[in-house]
Amino acid sequence: MPGIETLHFVLEGLLAGVGVTMLVTVCALLIGTAFGFALSLVREFTRSRLIHFSVDAYLEFFRNIPALTHLFILYFGLASIGLRLSALTAAVLGLGLIGAASTCDIFRAGFRALPRGQTEAALAAGFTPWQTIQFILMPQAMRVALPGLGNFAVQLVKDTSVVSAIAAPEIMFYARSMVTSSFQTTLIYTTAAVLYLLLSLPLMQGVRLLERHYGRTKG
Amino acid sequence: MDALLRVTGLRKAYGPVEVLKGIDLSVRPGEKIALIGPSGSGKSTCLRCLNFLEKPSAGQIFLDEEEIGVRNGRPMSDRELAPQRSEMGMVFQLFNLWPHLTVTENVAIAARKVRGLPAKEARELALEMLAKVHMTHRADASPAELSGGQQQRVAIARALSQKPKLMLFDEPTSALDPELVHEVLKVIEELAAEGRTMLIVTHEIAFARDVADRVLFLDGGVIVEEGPARNVISHPREPRTQSFLKQIRH
Repeated sequence: MPGIETLHFVLEGLLAGVGVTMLVTVCALLIGTAFGFALSLVREFTRSRLIHFSVDAYLEFFRNIPALTHLFILYFGLASIGLRLSALTAAVLGLGLIGAASTCDIFRAGFRALPRGQTEAALAAGFTPWQTIQFILMPQAMRVALPGLGNFAVQLVKDTSVVSAIAAPEIMFYARSMVTSSFQTTLIYTTAAVLYLLLSLPLMQGVRLLERHYGRTKG
Repeated sequence: MDALLRVTGLRKAYGPVEVLKGIDLSVRPGEKIALIGPSGSGKSTCLRCLNFLEKPSAGQIFLDEEEIGVRNGRPMSDRELAPQRSEMGMVFQLFNLWPHLTVTENVAIAARKVRGLPAKEARELALEMLAKVHMTHRADASPAELSGGQQQRVAIARALSQKPKLMLFDEPTSALDPELVHEVLKVIEELAAEGRTMLIVTHEIAFARDVADRVLFLDGGVIVEEGPARNVISHPREPRTQSFLKQIRH
């Protein structure tokens, strides 16, 4: 059994990564949600075929290529043509762009769940199409999208572990470097697992609370 | 000619299927018109063409001498149509209340966002409209907590809040349980008594006879027969009207 000092040492080493894990999660979440929402709007509410095609191409591109590949392209690929991103920037950008493909689908499902009559009633009341989206469709679509977004956020906490591959100093990055120097494999990775749990469980709980809140007031 | 609403040669086709085959119609201010006819006859489509929820394939619609849906010879976008649409209040078969808003908000929101009324005034207007449909007691409820009849009365208040020149009712009682039909018809009757101009698509023949000034019988996308409500309903001339009325009375 490792002593309390060893545990303290491991914990201290990994906690250095928690901040970065959280930072990457929050930034990627913001980028992914905002951009995914914008994509869902243009995909659902414009009629241009070119726009539809472009959005669909984006979704397929980010859905069907592994996150690691995207990160390597952003970090190593761009650097080789002279555009050097920091590991953190590449991580946030990569996970944000990949995330946008997921949230776009979540928001679109939210919009599509609304009956046509909701739009018709708004147009008949004299709303412009944008006002209809803003005041009538968006608030309702958000409620439908909320559980999906919550799951996405929890998934994102876990997915940040791949950015250790481009040397972004998050939990798994420190875990691996500590393993190579101390060989406390089990202890270090188990501690990392507990840290991830401590990050995602409260998040999941928060999502449940939100769901319950909106579930109650929902029509 | 002092018609409030004038429709000429209105046609609507979905691909090869022609649903409206040339409707001409003129409605004077304060007139109440009932559109009756078998399902698929085009009566709902006709109503929905008036505010361009369906885009007509041909024909012209004038409200107060202003052509609907056309500007400088070119079709208007939904954005351009918004002010014209707000002059017609529409009541739908399935109510279509907005479930994320309370009853009062449902009625007030168009006044706030479309006409730019301050929140307090919009709320006062909403409460005034809710009083007309006897729904003040549920002002803070969510639509989901209301019966179908109550929801439809709120939807009527919502349409009234637009201060429309014309009210369009698209089968307002068809989705209601039989015991709830009466409360909605009563409200519509009260509005009729205020002298509002109304077009009502309905299957309630007795209601059409008692409340409407004029009845239009549509079948196969054309107006087969029209005239004063009592004449058309009690003594129809056309065989198709006669057989339709006979069927729904049984």
